[in-house]
Order: sequence, then C-alpha cells, then structure tokens
Amino acid sequence: MVKKRVIPCLDVARGRVVKGVRFESLRDMGDPVELALRYSELAADELVFLDITATLESRGPTLALVERAAEELSIPFTVGGGVSGLGDARALLRAGADKVAVNRAAVDDPRLLTALADEFGSQAVVCAIDSRAGEVVTHAGRNPRGLEAVVWAREAVARGAGEILLTSIDADGTRQGYDLDLTRAVAQAVETPVVASGGAGEAGHLAEAFAAGAEAAIIASIVHERPERLTELKAELKELGWNVRT
Amino acid sequence: MRVVLADYGAGNLRSVCSAFARAGAEPFVSLDPDEVREAPLAVIAGVGHVESAARGFERSGLTEALRERVAAGRPLLGICVGMQLLFEESEEGGRGLGLLPGPVRRLRAERVPHMGWNALALPRRSALLDGLDGADVYFAHSYAAEPAEPELAAATVEHGGRIVAAVERGPLAGVQFHPERSGPAGARVLENVLAWSRSA
Repeated sequence: MVKKRVIPCLDVARGRVVKGVRFESLRDMGDPVELALRYSELAADELVFLDITATLESRGPTLALVERAAEELSIPFTVGGGVSGLGDARALLRAGADKVAVNRAAVDDPRLLTALADEFGSQAVVCAIDSRAGEVVTHAGRNPRGLEAVVWAREAVARGAGEILLTSIDADGTRQGYDLDLTRAVAQAVETPVVASGGAGEAGHLAEAFAAGAEAAIIASIVHERPERLTELKAELKELGWNVRT
Repeated sequence: MRVVLADYGAGNLRSVCSAFARAGAEPFVSLDPDEVREAPLAVIAGVGHVESAARGFERSGLTEALRERVAAGRPLLGICVGMQLLFEESEEGGRGLGLLPGPVRRLRAERVPHMGWNALALPRRSALLDGLDGADVYFAHSYAAEPAEPELAAATVEHGGRIVAAVERGPLAGVQFHPERSGPAGARVLENVLAWSRSA
C-alpha cells in the first residue's frame, strides 16, 4: 500500500525562503536547499517550493535553485507559483523539478495540462486549485473564476493533470484543520491523488484529511517554526493508525 | 566506475547523475553510441512515455548500441520509463526495446498515478535489492511492465493489485521506482547496482 504523504511547503522569493504575513514584511529564512535537506532528514515525503514572487523576469534565481535542489535532494519536489505557461513550466521541469504545479495558467488555458502531460507524463503535472467556498479563485485568492472547484478538478485530470494540489483559502493560515468537505468532494471526483492544503495545526488534522480521501497533506507554518515537529507529526499519525513512512 | 546515462534529448538526468555520484560512481551523460555500448554500466532513465523515449533512442542511434551491449553481456539498468523500455508493446502506445518479454499496461488502481512511497516485497534473492526487503521507495507512474515470465520479478509492491517494482536477469535490470528520489533506501539500491555491474 502506498503511504500517505506529509509534504512541507516552502515559500521562496528570489531564491530565498521567506516567511511573512499575507505577502507583507517578508523575512529571510535562509537557503531553500539547506532547509529542504533538513526536512528530508526528518522524513519529509516530498517538498513543495512555492515561488511567491514569480514573474518571468524573476525566474532566474528559481531556476538556479531548482537545479541545485535536483542535484542535492534525494526526495521528490514540486515547484509552483506564478507558472505562466508552457515555456515556464517546461523550464522548471527541465531544470530538474520532479513536478510542476500550475494554477492560473491552467484555468486560463486547460490545454496547457495536456501539452505538459504529453511531454513529461501526467506524473509530473500538478494542477493547483485554490478554492473559496467551493469556487476556484486565482491571483492569491483575489479573482473568483465562476467555476466550481470539483468541476475544475475533474476537467484538469481529464486534460492530463496527475495530481490535484487543493488549497482552501478559507482554511489557510487558521490552523483549525483542512477543509474536509472540499477535500472529500474533490477526492471522490477524480482518480488521481489529491493533496490537501491549508489549515494544518496538528496531527489530527492530517488524519482527518487522509480519512476524507487525501493521499497527501501540505504543512507549512507548524514545521517552519520547529522542523523537528515533522518527525513527531509522523509518529503521531502512525499512532493514529495511518500508514506513513517514518 | 564510469556510468553512462544514455541521453535521447528529453529527460532531465541531473538528479540521476548526482545520485550515482553520491554512490561513488563517475556518471556522465552521453548520446555517443560507442560510449553507450562500452561503458561498464549504462542507465536509461526516460520521462513521459515509452513511445517518445523509444523514438528518441532510435533517432539518436542508441537503440542498436543498447542491444549490442546487452548481447555482449554488459549491464544495463532502466529506471521508471527506462524499465518499461526494456519490455515490448505499451498500452500507452509505442514499443519498447523488447529485451525482456511482456507488455506495459496501464495501472488498474483506485488512484492513478501510483504516486508516493511504497514498501518493496522481494520474492527471491536479488543482488540489486540486497537489504531492501520491506524498504519504502518512491514511485510516480501510471503504467507498468507485466513480465511474461514471473521469475523476472525481483521486487513487487501492492497498489490496487501487485505491481512489478524491479526486474533482474543476466546483464539486465530495471526499477519502476526512482532510486534517485528514494532517500537512503534509494542510495542503497544504487550502491547495489554498482556492485552488481562490477560482478556482471
């Protein structure tokens, strides 16, 4: 049986890990690859690098980071954030990312998912969906798209996405648990793995997300404060009866 | 040991390359048929589809070089799509090198792709997977080889049924998982591969 995955997500700006409140007052938290290696030692199953300032012009440092991560890490990693189209996604995968997460660009033109799957295989293509009250939103939550998250997830998979990274804007940052109704609805709608994101505060929250059908769960602030928390979380999940890698 | 990663121009071989370097080998990427034929160990690590990878090798003139090296008994390792390439028809379209008997079929599981860490079960002793019975390694695939001869399987995993996770016969070896992305267990696999190819 494939194990349930616990995935730390690192926010990256100009090639550095940053931490901030709603993209303001960003604080430098260090070198992404060094932090990633630390998480890897603590039995992270995968990592996500989210390039929060990504524009085409600022992509240079990120590509250099991806190349280094590909060389130094021995666990898989996804890169996302501001991926604007095929050229952008291709550059990240060619630099060595195991998967690329596309969000707005896929909503704008779903054929992007097919093009990427044809070239790199579905397993490399993650469709990131941000949802507020069940509706797809883009641009860091500012733009509602008039599209149900469940409907979009189903189409994204039909178009070639091999995984859905599902973030609830409502739950994000609350530490009150993942959006379980949303997670359950999307996990039932698609055959690919669904990664729950937004709201993790304790091991029980991850367990609930797994019970709702998520194959993996993203954690961020709870481990960035103290990376060793990751090992504890996995031990707690094991005690709760979940099949996780320790 | 010099390890040639056969490059047909599609995959990113950076992570495989550095994983072999960490395991103590001297990996290099090449599309030169002589090097692909003669190096002490050759590795094929495709991405995407059997069809595009097979076409890429054909176009680069590497198909013949790979066949000749296997005929001469020199070891060849296929990783992920590279393992599928050792086999025959793929349900995804295209045809592998036909060095091992059996088709490549789409997974029949509740969740496809099979994505994440899964525990190896070893049906027999295997030089490739020595010390790895029960070890978790990382998978990311929607298709898998189904060897026509069950004794080819050196490891299996469970995901909506049994999947062949590794094969080994003579100078041929294949792993459906990603040793370069499987932490310490993956590093052990690559060390075993190097030992195996020294003795081949």
